[in-house]
Amino acid sequence: MKPLLIENGHLLDPANNLDEVRDLLLADGRIAAGPAPADAEVFDARGKYVVPGLIDMHVHLREPGRADKESIATGTLCAARGGFTSVVCMPNTSPVADNPGTIAYIKQRAAEVGCVNVFPTGAITRELKGEELAPIGSLQRAGVVAITDDGHCVQNNDLMRRAVEYAKMFDLPVMDHCQDYNLSADGVMNEGYWSVVLGLRGWPAIAEDIIVARNILIAEVTGGHVHCLHLSSARSVALVREAKKRGVHLTAEACPHHFTLTDEACKTYDANFKMSPPLRTDRDRAALLEGLADGTIDCIASDHAPHCNYEKEVEFDIAPFGIIGLETELALSLALVHNKVLSLRQLIEKFTLNPARLLRLNKGTLSVGADADVTVIDLEREWTYDVTQSASKSRNSPFHGWKLKGKAVATIVGGKMVWKE
Amino acid sequence: MKKPRFTWRRKDLLGIEELSADEILHILDTAAAFKQVGERHIKKVPSLRGKTLVNLFIEPSTRTRTSFELAAKRLSADVVNITATASSLVKGETLKDTARNLEALRTDIIVIRHSAAGAPHFLAQRVKASIVNAGDGAHEHPTQALLDAFTIREKKGAIAGLNITILGDILYSRVARSNIWLLTKLGARVTLAGPSTLVPRVFEQLGCRVTYDLDEAIRDADVINLLRIQHERQRKTMFPSIGEYTAMFGLNKERFARTKPDALIMHPGPINRGVEIDSDIADCGRSVILEQVTNGLAVRMAVLYLCVGGQSA
Repeated sequence: MKPLLIENGHLLDPANNLDEVRDLLLADGRIAAGPAPADAEVFDARGKYVVPGLIDMHVHLREPGRADKESIATGTLCAARGGFTSVVCMPNTSPVADNPGTIAYIKQRAAEVGCVNVFPTGAITRELKGEELAPIGSLQRAGVVAITDDGHCVQNNDLMRRAVEYAKMFDLPVMDHCQDYNLSADGVMNEGYWSVVLGLRGWPAIAEDIIVARNILIAEVTGGHVHCLHLSSARSVALVREAKKRGVHLTAEACPHHFTLTDEACKTYDANFKMSPPLRTDRDRAALLEGLADGTIDCIASDHAPHCNYEKEVEFDIAPFGIIGLETELALSLALVHNKVLSLRQLIEKFTLNPARLLRLNKGTLSVGADADVTVIDLEREWTYDVTQSASKSRNSPFHGWKLKGKAVATIVGGKMVWKE
Repeated sequence: MKKPRFTWRRKDLLGIEELSADEILHILDTAAAFKQVGERHIKKVPSLRGKTLVNLFIEPSTRTRTSFELAAKRLSADVVNITATASSLVKGETLKDTARNLEALRTDIIVIRHSAAGAPHFLAQRVKASIVNAGDGAHEHPTQALLDAFTIREKKGAIAGLNITILGDILYSRVARSNIWLLTKLGARVTLAGPSTLVPRVFEQLGCRVTYDLDEAIRDADVINLLRIQHERQRKTMFPSIGEYTAMFGLNKERFARTKPDALIMHPGPINRGVEIDSDIADCGRSVILEQVTNGLAVRMAVLYLCVGGQSA
């Protein structure tokens, strides 16, 4: 592989406090120093931002088990097109990633067909049943970066406490999909005005809040690290903010759909607006933006959740939860920069430095010697999302036809250009 | 027939929420004409001759299905009934595929009853046939609200200015929602009452009053519409027991005696005698429960006529 010189780009690297127009040299798969060798390929990034490769810490690649929805090959291609050089994949595969063999399989397939870095997570409990602990130590040896029952939530507080206590021994974060099943019951959208108007069963915010509160107490008592996945409600944000002030080792993420849309979108009964946790009110949306701005929410992640058309194009009640998001995530998040909710530096931190830190990954920086994962972004580029042209095997996006501003124009993983517009 | 205020342009009747007051009144006026047809020796008119109507009932119903079937037959349409147990849906076919098959058979009207809110809207977005909502989950039951309004108008002259109390399980009731939209659009004052778990305050945002004091709810009511407790949609924790419901919110003789002497008693059926309503009250002179059923037929004839035949009439 020839060295690659990215010329004239605006380098923005929060880890190194770097924010200036400067060339960047990549050689031997690493960020390099010094003059570019004569044989280096040149990429002109004039007028573009050059940032550490973006990390999406919450995606579903569906492999093994549901390759009709997505595969490691297609899911990572989506990531590359969206500007992501690393993805963290969830363990709700078939078989469940609750054993070292499945982790080894995912890593092997990612090495064979993945075009970006894939970091697997392992299950907290066997088969995600919330009954007995998965072999967490062995999972870590096999290479997981965190444990989570995502899509499910451990309801047994004692089991969750033990999971966090045990995972702490391995310095593994425990990522929780916060949902109390008694309170959410058979809800399909946010409980409130719109669920009443539409006659759809409500999944109330308190079902999330009460588990966020529990996780805060468990993190506090055990000293372990709990990461709350996809916060959706105002009270959850307030709880996390208060806990962080007290120094609890708690982190949190938000998804673009939750800070872009509200539950009013469900009024067409289009199941592409059905996700878990559900879209909430404008007040919740505003609280997420506030939480992103003041640092309460550390990261932005897509919760990329592919489903087949025939599964999604059904009655709202019976459609599966979730949407694809890797290709629209960056542009929807850049809207926060264009709207002055976040500075570009803050946003890039949430996609690079912060996820790398909380997952203990040696990524998210343009320091000399670091892995040559780089994303080149055109902040002003206007484009329209056409889901029929998606790299995903699935088409379940509520953002089809949306006019967006800002786009990744090149994605470089380990010094190799894996996608370029 | 009265000269219409405007030309009816809807192909589907999905709910009351999206209708204007004029559209509602136009349906009610059209229904009045069809009610007269029902009183004749020969009860049939040729309005929908050559049209095919499918009653797609994914959720059990006797009253509404029979009413739609008779309405269609009196308009001379060909009628096919598909019920949940006989349909391909139990064999795993999607609603979309079922609808496309019905379309391939050149069906003109699909009357759909479904346990999932929004199922009629889902169909209307995907097939050319007229879609008439015969009840979708807890969302809407537009023809029920129309027949309720027809009955009230017949008895009270007008709807504007009336105090109308809807009592019971509001949260899970599509009848309540359609009635709320319709009655508020026509200028009635709507009060909702029942256990707080089944009548959340958020309903106030739909333009109604919410109270948990039954006596206060019925004292000034010109119309009391009682709803059935929908065991099938409810979770166990919503209230302690049927017995407690009856004690707290059942319309018994003592409470009935405190209502206005000309207050109408309505119920969309099926009634649970001795639960939400005392058996004698259900049969008393102020009960219009069976007239609602008669009027339902006329209202459904009007809806089918307007959605399919009415544009060119």
